[in-house]
Amino acid sequence: MSLTQAVLEGNRLALARLLTQVENNSPESRVALTELFPYTGRSHLIGVTGAPGTGKSSLVNQLALYYRKNHDRKVAIIAVDPSSPFTGGAVLGDRVRMRDLSGDSGVFIRSMASRGSLGGISQTTAAIAQVFDAAGYEIIIIETVGAGQSEVDIARLAHTTLVVEAPGLGDDIQAIKAGILEIADVLVINKADHPGVENTERALRTTLELAHPTTRVFRHHGQAMTVAAPVTDSKLWIPPINRTVATEGKGITELAVSIAKHAEHLRQSGDWTARDRARLGSEMEALLQETLMARFFESIRQEKYEEVMEKVLNRDLSPYEAVKSLLNGRETGKEKS
Amino acid sequence: MTEKKIRVLVAKPGLDGHDRGAKVVARALRDAGMEVIYTGLRQTPEMIAEAALQEDVDVVGLSILSGAHMALAPRILELLKANGQDKVRVFIGGIIPDEDMPRLKEMGIAGIYGPGASTEDIIKDVREAVK
Ligand code: B12
Ligand SMILES: Nc1nc2c(ncn2[C@@H]2O[C@H](COP(=O)(O)OP(=O)(O)OP(=O)(O)O)[C@@H](O)[C@H]2O)c(=O)[nH]1
Ligand SMILES: [Mg+2]
Repeated sequence: MSLTQAVLEGNRLALARLLTQVENNSPESRVALTELFPYTGRSHLIGVTGAPGTGKSSLVNQLALYYRKNHDRKVAIIAVDPSSPFTGGAVLGDRVRMRDLSGDSGVFIRSMASRGSLGGISQTTAAIAQVFDAAGYEIIIIETVGAGQSEVDIARLAHTTLVVEAPGLGDDIQAIKAGILEIADVLVINKADHPGVENTERALRTTLELAHPTTRVFRHHGQAMTVAAPVTDSKLWIPPINRTVATEGKGITELAVSIAKHAEHLRQSGDWTARDRARLGSEMEALLQETLMARFFESIRQEKYEEVMEKVLNRDLSPYEAVKSLLNGRETGKEKS
Repeated sequence: MTEKKIRVLVAKPGLDGHDRGAKVVARALRDAGMEVIYTGLRQTPEMIAEAALQEDVDVVGLSILSGAHMALAPRILELLKANGQDKVRVFIGGIIPDEDMPRLKEMGIAGIYGPGASTEDIIKDVREAVK
């Protein structure tokens, strides 16, 4: 039986081995991903990002428990931690907070190192998610490295992105960058048992308000009046703010409701398909680029390429002219006079 | 194609809280370029075998300072085998009396290390074992 078939039949060892192949970008994995592709597109991908130590892993643990208990959905977790830029090694420690999930065959946790990728996930995280998708994991939760930067890669990959904040980790508006709002579908204030939650929530609301004004101030007889801003776009989604205490499981149901509402919003507005399209589109573009480049280099003699390159170096040819002439296969004109 | 990384699970089975050794070894293996999955304290043999399977590791490293190694090690080996992971190499570190070593080796433990063991030796042995 092929590895793909075993994966489709629910063999967990086969799944684990295929994930390794995919992570190593092996030739076999490309075949497998092609075979599995028709079975993908069914999962809800939930990204969890936020600064180190805000409680991402603890939250993922609680969310997975919630989905297992209340919806009986199979849950996959992809937990990404940074690789050392010096040695390429990594300590992947997110599982420490997910011990409640052991012993449940409906949960599959896979740790990944970022392997030099800077966007908070690794280059193969999307493909790993595809394998889980095909294997029937309806909920796929992806925990990012947590660099605290605005991690656009996860927002591009996930349907719903949670940005996790915690009190005390820079409560001032300064620290809560508007950038996170570009990626946040749901804002979570975890560690709500800590002092300073109010400050954090106020700061978040202020930032949100700047991005999505819900009220408008105008002058009326010299007095400032506040009115509700007109809803101009019915597709507009304003990230809700959820408070949680991940270590005690508090606020998880409400958080799951926010996530479900977001999924519903994506479906109703057509954004679900749009996101899928954008994701698959960029995957295709990347492949096209790679394939065309490979084909081009196969078609051209190395000496010819070097020759043209030399001319560019001598400023006899602009890169633009060089590419044009290489693609036309003609000898390059324009000698120095 | 990315080079194949050695993946190691470092786990602490049993009920004691001595986690310094496990952390030292985890970091040393990371510094040697390996990807180390650290699962924390108080892992049951079942939890360890399950994590080893999901993470598709090449090596499982157990840190045991509680004296319970003669009960824990065979159970973990048995579970790995039952899951089809008989190729996974298992190393043990911690407080292991000399007289237990032959039996552990017989069971199939790939290496045993006590207090003061050099991390360079551990790295070398792990690399050798997965070749
Ligand atoms: C520090 C220490 C503690 C600290 C632990 C802090 C912590 N977070 O780790 C504290 C004070 C909490 C502690 C408590 C206890 N301790 Co204590 N502790 C020690 C001590 C002095 C050093 C252990 C240590 O950290 N060494 C440093 C690390 C780096 O070395 P290591 O763990 O041996 O690891 C090396 C190798 O073993 C190997 N290795 C280890 N793990 C792994 C894993 C892999 C995969 C590999 C390849 C190699 C490997 O490589 C490492 C690098 O060289 C030892 C005595 C000793 N000399 O070992 C006693 C010792 C382990 N403790 C002991 C005892 C009895 C206890 C207590 C029960 C005491 C009590 N009655 O309260 C409690 C238990 C508490 C608990 N919750 O479990 C006994 C164990 C006896 C036994 N097993 O037969 C020892 C041996 C002391 C003794 N001689 O009696 N302890
Ligand atoms: N008081 C309190 N502590 C929490 C809460 N959530 C998590 N913690 C603790 O915060 C610490 C970090 O939690 P993790 O879940 O590992 O955080 P993380 O964001 O995944 O961390 P990295 O993956 O290292 O970035 C742990 O000690 C948790 O027990 C919470 O809601 N309240
Ligand atoms: Mg984490």
